[in-house]
Amino acid sequence: MSRAAELTVLDPTTSPAFPVAAKTMLRDAQLRKNVRHATEVIQNKRARVVGEMPDWQQLREAGRQIRTHTMANLDFYLEEFERNCTKAGGVVHWARDSAEAKQIVTALVKASGSGGEGATEVIKIKSMTTEEIHLNQALEAAGIHAYETDLAELIIQLGHDQPSHIVVPALHKNRQQIREIFQREMNLPELGEKPEDLADAARRFLREKFLRVKTAVSGANFLIAETGGVCIVESEGNGRMCLTLPETLITVAGIDKVLPRFQDLEVVLQLLPRSATGERMNPYNSIWTGVHEGDGPRSFHVVLMDNARTEVLADEEGRQTLNCIRCGACQNACPVYRQTGGHAYGSVYAGPIGAILTPQLQKMHYAQSLPYASSLCGACYEVCPVKINIPEVLIHLRNKVVEQKSSLDPEALAMKTMALIFRSEKRFRAAQRLGRIAEAPLVRRDGQDGGWIGWLPGILGGWTQVRDLQEMPKETFRDWWEKRGSRGN
Amino acid sequence: MTGGRSEVRVGTETTVDSSGARTEILRRIRAAKGATPVAAAVEREWTAIERGYRREATREREAVLELLEDRLRDYDAHVVRVRPDEVAGSVAAMLRERGKEKIVVPTGLAAEWLPEGGAFVVDDGAPATELDHFDGVITGATVAIAETGSIVLQNVAGQGRRAVTLVPDYHLCLVRVEDVVETVPEAMDRLRATADLPTTFFSGPSATADIEMTRIKGVHGPRFLDVILIG
Repeated sequence: MSRAAELTVLDPTTSPAFPVAAKTMLRDAQLRKNVRHATEVIQNKRARVVGEMPDWQQLREAGRQIRTHTMANLDFYLEEFERNCTKAGGVVHWARDSAEAKQIVTALVKASGSGGEGATEVIKIKSMTTEEIHLNQALEAAGIHAYETDLAELIIQLGHDQPSHIVVPALHKNRQQIREIFQREMNLPELGEKPEDLADAARRFLREKFLRVKTAVSGANFLIAETGGVCIVESEGNGRMCLTLPETLITVAGIDKVLPRFQDLEVVLQLLPRSATGERMNPYNSIWTGVHEGDGPRSFHVVLMDNARTEVLADEEGRQTLNCIRCGACQNACPVYRQTGGHAYGSVYAGPIGAILTPQLQKMHYAQSLPYASSLCGACYEVCPVKINIPEVLIHLRNKVVEQKSSLDPEALAMKTMALIFRSEKRFRAAQRLGRIAEAPLVRRDGQDGGWIGWLPGILGGWTQVRDLQEMPKETFRDWWEKRGSRGN
Repeated sequence: MTGGRSEVRVGTETTVDSSGARTEILRRIRAAKGATPVAAAVEREWTAIERGYRREATREREAVLELLEDRLRDYDAHVVRVRPDEVAGSVAAMLRERGKEKIVVPTGLAAEWLPEGGAFVVDDGAPATELDHFDGVITGATVAIAETGSIVLQNVAGQGRRAVTLVPDYHLCLVRVEDVVETVPEAMDRLRATADLPTTFFSGPSATADIEMTRIKGVHGPRFLDVILIG
């Protein structure tokens, strides 16, 4: 049993720092194998379908401009969306933070259901926004059970696990592990382990719920200001089931999900599937506007949630983070994510996008280790369909983290001391001499040239945790230069 | 409950009023990025977005249709191309081949497309539990996109409400060649006038890659898709 299986909640305010969490994950060989396999498959598929688009770079640039323009006029577009959605029979609610969003959704669910006695169960479409606010726990506390209907989210829910990827939340589980979960939780001892068997089990398990449960909760991929429409992009058809069959539909969307016009879908509906799953188009996209007589829910609500997105908007350099369309391409491309998997990031948003989004959504009070969880190699920037310069934002956030620290922070003190030493030749030489004396007891001789230091005390220990340090040379360059200076060239 | 006031009523008691949150969020946005824009300025800025991507077909007509067939087959759909007078015969052959008998059709589907003597039931808004007893569904289509192998349905005559093409396990879709475009932007241009209708894009049968990234056909939507191209 891996540690991942015991995860109860991914909360940046309580999760361990990335280096600590990553260390645990790195010991889980099965998890790493699963993550490596899945990310490799998606990356190859993505490369193939992106390669066949002669205008991919133009699409990316248009995507970037559309998203930047939207954020620059966000209040205008949100009000336009609200007007048009309301005109079409939808009801728009606003939530300052996660607590308000949960309160609104819980009240709406209780007010829904047939016969006026209030619903005690809902079906859910996969939504990272509802994962972000831990909506299911809030509903459960109010006596409402939420059934996840996306296959991966079902695996997570039945396995008492947490999502590790924004597109493929159960990417860290292989078929045997999924089969064990289904056998146990669905009471199917005879279940085979072919992916088809597992998908079929999910189909049968959920069919009855789709036909019975009268209230559904979803997220949104895009809100269209011009029409008041909502767009959901999916694969399995569970999304269509949830947004078509129930009587009440409640959609929770971050305020960053808005698009100016219907025409803008022509850009994002090309960028998203190719980037996210390496498909030319995902199996299903649904677009609906308010309520439609005789087709779909009779009651439709949208909850527009801020939850610190305006904090991100207020930071000029961090603002581009909001352009994200949640495709997960940066996660698949990231050498760090591919080693650790998603849970080490301590948030539902893992990988490079998580490293910049999570600390900002926490107003930089938590998750300060995340901006450092990157080698700044730039692979994420290269694959981002809306050209978010993630490395640039990472460096910006590192700067913010340093600024927050007090001047008595050990690292800050060490840097100050270094600066002092480097400013004077005399001090520099003295430090070198001191260093050679101080290191003497730590150097071990393996019989080859030059000794190695395998352990350093205190905060210096971080350096020697995963590598050895070569001892300082017997003679410095300066000493050598001076000796040789008397001999001419 | 009608659209409008963002309040939730349980019985007679208002439990949630989010107008305070609305004011606060809009205030935060304006504080974060500066003054509220004027509509004309926003429109100018939106119009200035550079759209250097393909917005029109680049292939010959026949090549576009071949591309659609190819892309649909990539998703494991069966595709045949027939003349308008051959549609009913082709539908009968497809249903025979698939062994499907009890078929639901939306109102307004062209009668000449359906073979004589088939068990076709016109959708009367029956609950989903009843749709579950049908073998399959036959519909027309609004537009098809060759490059992505996608077909778009809207709530109009011959395509019907969304539940009808979702609950039965088999979908036979009839697409006229004049409704086939090459690229996504061309499709969006055609859909814009009716953008507020319930709209579904589907690209092959339902599928998932959630287990080890293997594409598995058929999860909750129709597991089998056949397409007849007409013209």
